[in-house]
Amino acid sequence: MDVSQYLEIFIDETKEHLQSLNEQLLILEKEPENAETINEIFRAAHTLKGMAGTMGYKRMQSMTHNMENVFSEIRNGKMSVTAMIIDVLFKGLDALENYLANISSGGDEGTEEYAEINGQLEQCLKQGLAGSAEATVAAAPAATATQVATEVSEAADAKEKYKAFTYADHEKHAMTEAIAEGQHAYGITVLIQETCLLKAARAFLVFKTLEDIGTVIKSEPSVQDIEDEKFEFDFSLVLLTKENAEKVKQLIMAVSEVDSAYVGEIDQSKLTIVEESRTETTESVTKTVEQNTAAAVQAAPAKEQKKAATQTAGKAVASRSVRVDIEKLDDLMNLVSELIIAKNGLVSINNTDDANRGHGGFNEQIEYLERITTNLHTSVMKVRMVPLESVVNRFPRMIRDLSKKLDKKMELYISGEETELDRTVIDEIGDPLLHLLRNAADHGLETNEERVAAGKPEVGSIFLNAYQEGNNVVIEVRDDGKGIDAEKIKQKAIAKGTITEEQAEAMTDKEIIDLLFRPSFSTAEKISDVSGRGVGLDVVKTKIESLGGDVEVRTTLGQGSNFIIHLPLTLAIIQSLMVELGSEKYAIPLGSIQTIEDIPVSDVKYVQTKEVIHLRGAVIPLIRLNEVLDVESSKKSDENLTVVIVTKGDKQAGFVVDNLIGQQEIVIKSIGKYINNTKMISGATILGDGEVALILDVNTLI
Amino acid sequence: MAELATLDSKQYIVVELGSEQYGIDIQYIDNIVRMQRITRVPKAQPYFKGVINLRGEVIPVMSLRLKFEFDEDVITGNTRILILKPDAHSSVGIIVDSVKEVLTLPNDMIDKGAKDANDERAVYLSGVGKNGDNLISILNIVGMFTEKEDENA
Repeated sequence: MDVSQYLEIFIDETKEHLQSLNEQLLILEKEPENAETINEIFRAAHTLKGMAGTMGYKRMQSMTHNMENVFSEIRNGKMSVTAMIIDVLFKGLDALENYLANISSGGDEGTEEYAEINGQLEQCLKQGLAGSAEATVAAAPAATATQVATEVSEAADAKEKYKAFTYADHEKHAMTEAIAEGQHAYGITVLIQETCLLKAARAFLVFKTLEDIGTVIKSEPSVQDIEDEKFEFDFSLVLLTKENAEKVKQLIMAVSEVDSAYVGEIDQSKLTIVEESRTETTESVTKTVEQNTAAAVQAAPAKEQKKAATQTAGKAVASRSVRVDIEKLDDLMNLVSELIIAKNGLVSINNTDDANRGHGGFNEQIEYLERITTNLHTSVMKVRMVPLESVVNRFPRMIRDLSKKLDKKMELYISGEETELDRTVIDEIGDPLLHLLRNAADHGLETNEERVAAGKPEVGSIFLNAYQEGNNVVIEVRDDGKGIDAEKIKQKAIAKGTITEEQAEAMTDKEIIDLLFRPSFSTAEKISDVSGRGVGLDVVKTKIESLGGDVEVRTTLGQGSNFIIHLPLTLAIIQSLMVELGSEKYAIPLGSIQTIEDIPVSDVKYVQTKEVIHLRGAVIPLIRLNEVLDVESSKKSDENLTVVIVTKGDKQAGFVVDNLIGQQEIVIKSIGKYINNTKMISGATILGDGEVALILDVNTLI
Repeated sequence: MAELATLDSKQYIVVELGSEQYGIDIQYIDNIVRMQRITRVPKAQPYFKGVINLRGEVIPVMSLRLKFEFDEDVITGNTRILILKPDAHSSVGIIVDSVKEVLTLPNDMIDKGAKDANDERAVYLSGVGKNGDNLISILNIVGMFTEKEDENA
């Protein structure tokens, strides 16, 4: 059975389920009695288990199985949610995430057993169910399944095909011996739900479960046939075990999509069967084949796994896909239809007489075409946009863990997670944000005692706010902790030799705090395993800058710090102002332009031999682009200056250009790695006439 | 092209630069285009003339003449831009006076030692090939451009 084609879907869906489990568990931790949450958790865990089983990931499945047992007990009200249970469950989720990571990188779940976590899960169950003597791992799901099953009264005999078994001498012998040793010999018939798509997988799970508690000495149909799915919806087998019949039945019923199971002790002397128990049932069919060793059953899925692994080996299944709202696709489709209409319009104009051509029809079609392409672009961009939610939804869990680890009380407040960003940005922004949050938790927030002493609420707050601002998306990571002590950084920088004392004297607090973004500058007094290894903020800054954004920090001592990240909405296409310098054309990204001014030459003043202008109360340095870019200016020296006022953070500068061409939407292209451009040029774009225009990097020029 | 490259021989595109002939291993050549409008890139290395638009891709173009410290290019009808791919992910164009022919040279006709150690250009050559009476300098494409990156770094 080849499941590799489902691998991507499996990975995607598993991720979603794990995320949902994480979120729901967090809720459960706060509201242990929330029945809806418990149900939600149970459903997600159950689906996850089913999927893992189907794909042949045994370890993943048994882990989810154990977790599901706990959820189920909670759901049935047999045990209550304790901090310990939540912790263990979270550990379980982490283990599952590791399995998933292994699967997506290599197609194999890996060999880690996480026996400790599994043990703890069972421990939880035992403690939770203390009092019920027969507390077992499997008891709960069995009960659940029993509830679900519909009651149909039918003759039991038809369902108990194991009674029709005939035994070979060695089988009789094995049973006799086992019974002599105090084991039970059970005849078992298992019915699988007719809606089940992967009967073989379910059957395999039943076998696996039973192998754990005893020996299967006979099965009908043969194991080989079951593996090949050559059976209807039931199969029968003989099991030798020390467990009692009730337990065996519960274990079988714990496998999902098993409809019902019949377990009866085999009367060894007569080789007839004494019925011990039965459950409600729907229907069944008969078939008898030869016996086989159960080992073969286990061999089969192993083969599957290997197959899946080889097929995906080499290609890491990193998700390159985007889930798109069907409405957005409809929009696109509509636009494409319009495009075709516009094209037809042009074709028909081309076919009409020359005399009619000039009559505006042509221009009309061009305008129409222009409108469509603009809309098309917006729509395609929208398709590429992914809400920030997909990145931030794992943070609450992380903060919870940090809170425990650092022994600080803290709460994460997220807002604006619906803000959309380009997929490429979303993929990259997770790590920087994670880092900033860790910093906030570890360095930003004080300990509980310090907070109380400072008259603040004991529980620290971390805010993650995202919102759109013009062509940018702003993400703020803010804490209400102790803030950044500029003096401390200054001392540290001097001690480290990053700056000299004289330099330090001349620096403003803001400049000093910006030192934090220098490579290998960590102010954590002691290195913790949360943060403070000195590979911190500089990496954050580099990453964000590589995305075309920037990061700044604002802090008030004693009141907290705020890291503000500005990111461009999209990377590939931007709005820009086209300007002319001599005979050359350059593009300035519109996002960084504030205003455009016409300045008489007489208004230009000099400060320290540098040209500045006085504009609405601000002194703005002038940058003559033609000088910076080595272009001959086409303007006479006495003409008014055309100045483009650009901003970078709170810095301003005026670019002097020769002419303005106009606003244009441009596609950013790289100019390659061979050409040396001192970073003034952030890329190039191709204009309508096929000419290449360079895009100025405002951040470097200011 | 009657002869095909075998294990013992390689195909080269022979280009002319003034009176000299240079051979470029055909595996690095992506395209040969006519001279076209080049957009200057400020503050680039002097031998980089700028960037061109090749079917929607922006490709940097350098002058082989300036790189080898010859005279400035004189653009004629024969001037060509060879688009090279030093590695799979990047392209770069070089301007040459003209493209002469495709030549199959057996490896034993290339003298690897015949480089003048005093010649600055020698580092960009991987050997000198003999084709009848003509001597063809074989360009070391990878070396020529990897060295450039170090310079930038």
